[in-house]
Amino acid sequence: MSSALMRDILDLTLEHLFLVSFSMTIAAALAIPTAIVLTRHSFLQPWVLGFANIMQTVPSLALFGFLIPLPFFGGIGKHTAIVALVLYALLPILRNTLIGILKVNPTVRESAIAMGMTGRQLLWEVELPLATRTILTGLRIATVTTIGTATIAAAIGGGGLGVFIFRGLASVDTTLLLAGAVPAAMIALAADRGLGWVEHKLSPV
Amino acid sequence: MTPLVSFRKVSARIGQKDILYDLSFDVEPGETLVLLGRSGSGKTTALKTVNSLLVPSAGDVLIEGIPTTVWDLIRLRRRIGYVIQDAGLFPHFTVAANVGLVSRLEGWQPGDIDARVQYLLNQVGLPPAQFAARYPRELSGGQRQRVGVARALAADPPLLLLDEPFGALDPVTRVQLQQQFLDLRSRLKKTALLVTHDVREALLLGTRIGVLHNGRLVFLGTRAEFLAAQDQEVRTFHTCLEEKWKETI
Repeated sequence: MSSALMRDILDLTLEHLFLVSFSMTIAAALAIPTAIVLTRHSFLQPWVLGFANIMQTVPSLALFGFLIPLPFFGGIGKHTAIVALVLYALLPILRNTLIGILKVNPTVRESAIAMGMTGRQLLWEVELPLATRTILTGLRIATVTTIGTATIAAAIGGGGLGVFIFRGLASVDTTLLLAGAVPAAMIALAADRGLGWVEHKLSPV
Repeated sequence: MTPLVSFRKVSARIGQKDILYDLSFDVEPGETLVLLGRSGSGKTTALKTVNSLLVPSAGDVLIEGIPTTVWDLIRLRRRIGYVIQDAGLFPHFTVAANVGLVSRLEGWQPGDIDARVQYLLNQVGLPPAQFAARYPRELSGGQRQRVGVARALAADPPLLLLDEPFGALDPVTRVQLQQQFLDLRSRLKKTALLVTHDVREALLLGTRIGVLHNGRLVFLGTRAEFLAAQDQEVRTFHTCLEEKWKETI
């Protein structure tokens, strides 16, 4: 393997990691607070979950395509890729945060209320700690999926390891395909392991 | 003296279903009033209107003369200890953190909270050195329930609400905890409203007994009055007291 190729692999891997971590940060920042709001206003649940569900069923290549003509969010480049990756990551985080909070033992929640906890205290002292594990599972699933989906970002100029894959497909070059696929798979495995470990460490019970 | 708790023509419903009809009675300071009833009689619902986990559909529950709808709910609930069947302990808190929670919410100093937790764990017969650092999952059912009682007493509330507090325990442990409750009551001079389906428990712990049947209060009186009462539902409970097994031996 040439050193130029090695350098490309490193650069694109870093770019890939940036795409994924940036998208995941935004997705978590949107999805977790939204899910908390949904636990307080259950009539909103079908609407928001429905939207997130639809986002996830749109084929990824098509979603990138749909975004291109849009003003502000669209166009060619990294920001469009990030918008699409965020939309994909929303559902697992949203759903797991919601489930994690809703499945807190009703007896425990009731005794927290009966002891005079305010809504905020109930959330921070009881609901979020007890939901931590489920929320982290959602983050892990979303991250691993995003690492794979981010390879398609190259199709709209988002960069990342997908650049190798599209180049390899165009020139029927297996080396290039592997140069994109193997690091992506390794990142996914590492993320799965790492986040799994965090999940285990942080779960309070 | 104003009654500590006063039910004034209280009705309650859950969803579309009427649970309580026109309930009126007082709980006097220092007494243990036991609400006795079968499953579905509305006794738990009645209890929950006191700390406003449930708002009556008609009538008022007065605490120290003030309707629960007027009370600041956070203040009200921190003045009422609440003990439920399987304790409802916070699984992610240690025993000490569970017991010290209300004191902490009330903004006590850490040293004062520790001292209070030690005192209360000793009061319920759980040596702090051995139990304070444990998690609820590391306790037996009886120990969990003792922690539940200690937690309810944490901020020294004038009133205790107990919902089938000893219902999930084995008979030996139940008798131990009932004795401990009597002992605590005479030492701490608390007022209590206790809900049970166990007629023996009602007679053992209640200074007065109220019987609920299909959401209505059909009897309210002392133990002696309870044993003499002729009401149909009260007599049903009398028959539970007859020790049938003696005849078969």
